[in-house]
Amino acid sequence: MEILDHLMQGFAIAFQPLNLGLVIFGCALGLFIGAMPGLGSVNGVAILLPMTFLVPPTGAIIFLAAIYYGAMYGGAISSIMLGIPGASTAVATTFDGRPMALQGLADKALITAATASFIGGTISVILFTLFAPPLAAVALAFGAAEEFALMMLAFATFIGLGGDDIPKTLFSIFIGLVFSAVGLDIISGQPRLVFGDIPGFLHGINFLVLAIGIYGIGEMLWTIESSKGDVKISQATVTVRRIIDDLRTLKDTFKSIVMGSILGYFVGILPAAGATPGSLMAYGVAKTISKHPESFGKGNPEGVAAPESANNAASTGSMLPMLTLGIPGSPTTAILLGGMVIWGLEPGPMLFIEHQEFVWGLIASLYVANVFSLLINVAFIPAFIWVLRLPFTVLAPIIFVLCIVGGYAPTQDMHDVWLILIFGVVGYLMRKLEYPLAPAVLAIVLGPLAETSMRQALLISNGSFLTFFERPISGPIMAAAMVLFLLPILKLVKDKFWSRAAT
Amino acid sequence: MKTLCKTAVTPVVVAALAAFAFSGIALAGWEPKKPVDFVIMAGKGGGADKMARLMQSVIEKHKLASKPFIPINKPGGSGAEALVHLKQKAGDDHTIMVTLNSFYTTPLRQPGLGVDVMTFTPIGRMAEDTFLLWVNKDSGINNINDFVKAAKSAGNKWIMAGTGKGQEDQLLTSFLNKAYGLDMKYVPFKGGGRVAKELAGKHANSTVNNPSEQLGFYEAGNTVPLAAFTPDRLPLFKDAPTFRELGKDFVYFMQRSVVGAPGMSKEAEDYYRDVFKKVYQTEEWQGYMTKKSLQGEFLTGDDLKAYWKREKDNHQKMLKDIGEI
Repeated sequence: MEILDHLMQGFAIAFQPLNLGLVIFGCALGLFIGAMPGLGSVNGVAILLPMTFLVPPTGAIIFLAAIYYGAMYGGAISSIMLGIPGASTAVATTFDGRPMALQGLADKALITAATASFIGGTISVILFTLFAPPLAAVALAFGAAEEFALMMLAFATFIGLGGDDIPKTLFSIFIGLVFSAVGLDIISGQPRLVFGDIPGFLHGINFLVLAIGIYGIGEMLWTIESSKGDVKISQATVTVRRIIDDLRTLKDTFKSIVMGSILGYFVGILPAAGATPGSLMAYGVAKTISKHPESFGKGNPEGVAAPESANNAASTGSMLPMLTLGIPGSPTTAILLGGMVIWGLEPGPMLFIEHQEFVWGLIASLYVANVFSLLINVAFIPAFIWVLRLPFTVLAPIIFVLCIVGGYAPTQDMHDVWLILIFGVVGYLMRKLEYPLAPAVLAIVLGPLAETSMRQALLISNGSFLTFFERPISGPIMAAAMVLFLLPILKLVKDKFWSRAAT
Repeated sequence: MKTLCKTAVTPVVVAALAAFAFSGIALAGWEPKKPVDFVIMAGKGGGADKMARLMQSVIEKHKLASKPFIPINKPGGSGAEALVHLKQKAGDDHTIMVTLNSFYTTPLRQPGLGVDVMTFTPIGRMAEDTFLLWVNKDSGINNINDFVKAAKSAGNKWIMAGTGKGQEDQLLTSFLNKAYGLDMKYVPFKGGGRVAKELAGKHANSTVNNPSEQLGFYEAGNTVPLAAFTPDRLPLFKDAPTFRELGKDFVYFMQRSVVGAPGMSKEAEDYYRDVFKKVYQTEEWQGYMTKKSLQGEFLTGDDLKAYWKREKDNHQKMLKDIGEI
């Protein structure tokens, strides 16, 4: 009951005119920032941080959290409409969102994304409200070995992602891992694969650079070639009737949404992970548990619902270690943490006791932000659909420009723009040779996390691999990962057995 | 007549305009003509980043500059990317950078970069961050003797978590190992906040965090400071003696300075020095320094250069000692 009291107080704060205005403005702004390729919640929050000096700290964090939230909704828009991930958190949304749009189901994809985001956000805020302090203890118990086990689980869920051609899938994963090794190695302190100290490689290959190259440029080259310039995208229309139909069929994706929400929330809580791995893992799990895994990647609404619910849930989740432990669960919360320092608040275990107004005002405003993000998003769907009606000869150059700008904006380094172009051509060739691309993207996101945590854990255990299996939390996670790794093989054996028995 | 009149008038107008413009310059001095690139030689969310964003906010709040300062993170290669960027911007009046101690260590460890930090323009030292030795409260360790005893018996199973290889935390670890005959194992993590959490979660046995990184856990009673790497006891942690008191003459700080590109014009240097001096004097900055246990006067010009020279030589010696160069 105490929690309910706190929450009511929080709502009283969230509904103050200034704070409510900030929520609505933040959601709308976030939606736009998220939809712009390259401009993700990290950049949005970083750019607007100094503005928040104008309002009290509670209003400021509410504003920035609303942007963070809005951007999670917005990221799906360009993933679905243009095939370019609007933010790194929305990469998994392109896997099925883009094919849906090409089939004339853009409206359905957008509504699925918005609803999944809403449910993911709501479930995660409820979890946050009820279990914040005990979950902080879970985050604290997660050391390097546990982190590595979790990364293995993530890789395991993706084993089936590349389709049936295992060698090509492995190739794609390994090339991604090689890219992820570029840059400074924090364990040895030495730069790796920087090709004779090219400064641009020192910060590593940004994940977004690879994703924009492959999905933006590569996809466009592929479309131009395969259609010979005469692109026929099935026209999407929006009518009230269609929207109602879309909502009715949404219940098929319910399982994926609930799974994505819970998974995303827990991955978000863990330090260093954040919404991007969370959404990719949710996609992998959704495919594993789906009744129609073969339709993933070809326009299955579940493939949109799972990552979208997960990335919103993870964005709430990553606020938990930020507030209770003072460590960011995602790059965006790292900036929010900086903001709290500017406002003179000390994140950490005492925050919940000493600054209740701030904490509960923020939590309550997350509920409010969720509702407004949904409303704003749905209201703009007709405008987004209109983009698809543009002739391809107009749309293609716009996409191209957005890709370049999106690649330049985060680091302001031309080096990354050249990389995008190279990745674009390589992505196009890989696509032509029927190499799966998603595993490479996954590898570049999870590779650095997995490698660093493995080496830290081995340093601590004096090189004993048993550490991953002996520890109480990492052991079961590792075991689950092993089962998932072996599942495709078992399935293969079983199929062979069955076909032999049948003949 | 008409043309004559025109030709006669024009020089007068030009002269008047020039005089007006000149007086304007004389009054206001040099001012940035476009937004200033405010490079941060660390990633988003780290200690240097937080401080840079605080400076940016203070500048905006008090309208200390006519053009905005745009933070750009260049964390690559322990600051190598940022240092090379600044070097390439030689002569540029619109690029400044927030530095930490990788300002000394990175060029020393990677001579191939060809960066000589003494050529950079000294703008201002905003603070010196302090270091303490921390352990988890549940370890039952309350003073340095207990610590030495426990670490000695654990041998190389004693885990010291820190940020990065060949940087501040490892230098301090190697000092402790040498001074007390220990064999602690140094495990690098990404960022001081993460290191602090490893200690609170008992994945590490000790750390040498800055106060700002451990404050949250300290206030909640999770972690204890055992000793400070400062000349005098820190007001916030009065119970923690200094290493000097403990008979080891060792002091170590992290600089938080703002530097300009090499060969920046004198006028621009003066302008930025005045801006950051004002930032230093604001209530916000002073409050932040007290709260996070930061020390150090505002240093600029030749004083700052002399300070760099001293620190650089000091780091060279320490890096040699641990075999990193």
